[in-house]
Amino acid sequence: MKLFHLFSFFAAYLVADSSDVENSVGQFFSSGHTNNWAVLVCTSRFWFNYRHVANTLSVYRSVKRLGIPDSHIVLMLADDMACNHRNPKPATVFSHKNMELNVYGDDVEVDYRGYEVTVENFLRVLTGRLPLSTPRSKRLLSDDRSNILIYLTGHGGNGFLKFQDSEEISNVELADAFEQMWQKRRYNELLFIIDTCQGASMYERFYSPNIMALASSQVGEDSLSHQPDLAIGVHLMDRYTFYLLEFLEDIHPASKANMNDLFKVCPKSQCVSTPGHRTDLFLRDPGSVLITDFFGSVRKVEITTEAINLTDPIQQQEESSVSEDANKEMYSYVDQLPVSEIIHQKPKQKDWHPPDGFILGLWTLILLVFFKTYGIKHLKHIF
Amino acid sequence: HELWEAVLPLIVLLCGGGQLKDDFQEELVIRPLHSGDIYASFHFRTLWETDFMKGNKVSHYRLFPKSLGQVISKFSVRELHISFTQGYWRTMQWGQPYLPSPPGAELWVWFQDTVTDVDATWKELTNVLSGIFCASLNFIDSTNTVQPSASFKPLGIANVTDHRFLRYATLPREIVCTENLTPWKKLLPCGSKAGLAVLLKSEKLFHSSFHSQAVHIRPMCQDSQCKTPSWELRQTLNVVFDLHTSGQGKQEWSLFKMFSRTLTEACPLASSSKIYIDITDNPQVGEQFELIPATPLLRQAVVLGDRRTFSVYDLTQQVTFGTVRSLNLLIRWKSTEGHMLRPLLHAERYVAGYGLQTGEIHTLMYNNHPFRSFSVLLLDSVPWYLRLYIHTLTVTSKGKDNKPSYIHYQPSKDRIRPHLLEMLVQLPPHSVTEVTVQFERALLKWTEYTPDPNHGFYVGSSVISALVPSTVAMDTNNTQERTLFSSL
Repeated sequence: MKLFHLFSFFAAYLVADSSDVENSVGQFFSSGHTNNWAVLVCTSRFWFNYRHVANTLSVYRSVKRLGIPDSHIVLMLADDMACNHRNPKPATVFSHKNMELNVYGDDVEVDYRGYEVTVENFLRVLTGRLPLSTPRSKRLLSDDRSNILIYLTGHGGNGFLKFQDSEEISNVELADAFEQMWQKRRYNELLFIIDTCQGASMYERFYSPNIMALASSQVGEDSLSHQPDLAIGVHLMDRYTFYLLEFLEDIHPASKANMNDLFKVCPKSQCVSTPGHRTDLFLRDPGSVLITDFFGSVRKVEITTEAINLTDPIQQQEESSVSEDANKEMYSYVDQLPVSEIIHQKPKQKDWHPPDGFILGLWTLILLVFFKTYGIKHLKHIF
Repeated sequence: HELWEAVLPLIVLLCGGGQLKDDFQEELVIRPLHSGDIYASFHFRTLWETDFMKGNKVSHYRLFPKSLGQVISKFSVRELHISFTQGYWRTMQWGQPYLPSPPGAELWVWFQDTVTDVDATWKELTNVLSGIFCASLNFIDSTNTVQPSASFKPLGIANVTDHRFLRYATLPREIVCTENLTPWKKLLPCGSKAGLAVLLKSEKLFHSSFHSQAVHIRPMCQDSQCKTPSWELRQTLNVVFDLHTSGQGKQEWSLFKMFSRTLTEACPLASSSKIYIDITDNPQVGEQFELIPATPLLRQAVVLGDRRTFSVYDLTQQVTFGTVRSLNLLIRWKSTEGHMLRPLLHAERYVAGYGLQTGEIHTLMYNNHPFRSFSVLLLDSVPWYLRLYIHTLTVTSKGKDNKPSYIHYQPSKDRIRPHLLEMLVQLPPHSVTEVTVQFERALLKWTEYTPDPNHGFYVGSSVISALVPSTVAMDTNNTQERTLFSSL
């Protein structure tokens, strides 16, 4: 009996151990996404909004560092701070005073810049309804297995976000855009972070599944900036993103930190405003969602020690024999300023267009009046 | 391990193919300017013996970047010239640049004659280029594109020049920053990892008086018979460092001071990698400035009609780097005498008048040659919201009326196309020619203003094309080995 108990104990322990292995293997494949995208938007123009560009660039930097390539990041900056004439250190954007960290770096690719950052372009990027000739780097080519990180920063209010001091996007529009994305299966899970005044109002209206949202302040509160730099003359970062950057600097691609840690970033004592979050639309438990599920691009790799036979190397095709030189025409360079040719240049022939409706109508009227006045018997004289 | 051993022979076989015959050269020209500033010009050239025309399918790219090759074949481009410039070139203080470019972005393209709808192809091409160079080139549309009728003749080989296939556009407000430099550097075969491109650090390059980067693609003759074309991709970067902001007021320049980097090796894929220092103003060695480390190699070249002498540093030779294995050129000035040759042709343009309703555009062209006169072709492209009154157009030289021998004017259509004015003007010797035209501003709808209307509106630069007479005859023998910067 005792032996049986011991044996069953031992067997149970073994089963538990293997199911533990299965559990971790299961967790390895449980997040369900295969690729990561990021859409990072700064919506403010003008030099005194330097901090919004610095916010977006610091998230860009973290996301790139954790593995998302430039081809999967859509970066929208509404104004150029780095090469702004007021910047005492050109080609740099700093996030810490005393110029400790240059978040602009040497390898940045901005996809939408300046006047291109509009509400229309932002919504078109999200929903994928872009003109045919839009290049790939400006498109969000996500599929139903993509985890997308969307980060917005700028000036906002209760229910809206201001784009470039000339237009606004409302929380209803944003929620509808996400619903369009869900219906077209453009995301697996979406993490929405917003750092503006009254940011929580922007995620109030979401109704699509699998969205988790974070904001830097509640409705009725202002998000505050962190610190000015006296040499540059403006505030460098907003508080929420400053502490978010500090938190993300400790994350590395194999980190196991989860969303609950992210919710604790910037408590009221540091941020002065109360950051909020919304997880009711999200199916998984936030404690099981890794930070790198959204901020990094962790690839699932299977390592095998088997040998794989490669096929034969591709044979170089021999170029078809060149045709006789004599058949080819000779090329030549063109005279750069042929003065006599230019002076005697004939005026460009305009392309002939068929007569437009007005002319046709006029002639029809004339003919009708003629035949009305003079009768139909004159027709034979014409034809 | 086994995987690697299997893959290695595959790589070796492909490299040994040798069907491609492409060649890459890199050059850096440094010219000290009389105002104490220093002008550095990078030239990177990839020459590829292939034919993009006649619908050839090119699929194997080696040194020539694939993104540009695909753009050429897809849009049937014969020539493409794009430049991004920040700053204003001061001709009176700095002389003539090797390759002039207007502030902002400029794009001009010659399409092949197989293109049926040039405007639609142009629109698609600008969108694709905006993705490649991270610039807002998608704002180029019919309101800022013109079709010059006599300027911008093709720089490469061309048998027929029907100006229907030419399009020219400028975006004077386009900002140039690191995000434009990053994809530009990625087009180079060695990237920014080896060779001269390691000097291209954005923090130093954009802290300058003038910065211009350009890409030029054109077909060239392979040999003197010129039966087959080969395609040339030339990337140039011109930068002028200011004596006071970058030089700290001391007239002593070195590679480290200019670029915060030194050179350790040439690009392994380059067939030639050289640095040229212009020492024409220093005929006796060490008279005005001295070069450290000294080099025995000298080169004479005709640049912009002027015979100049250069000291050459060949980076493909190990001896250039010396025992420290790194090259930091130092140019130290002894005296600051010397006068600069006045440039033979230079121009100014400004807007006169007051108020927001009317104004006048003045273009002044200076011919400083003592006895020769020459013709210049002036191209002006003015946005539609400045309504030009062409009946007020006057061209005067030395106080007298100077009638142009050729005028082409295409009036603007509101919100559809801009004004285009092209004139062939004869500039008398040692004179100033002034071209004035009055305009009136049109009322804009409130949606047509930019989000920062307090900034104002930009009018693109006008373009002067001229063949300036020089004392030295140009050498048109193409088979001789020539420096890149003297041969565009």
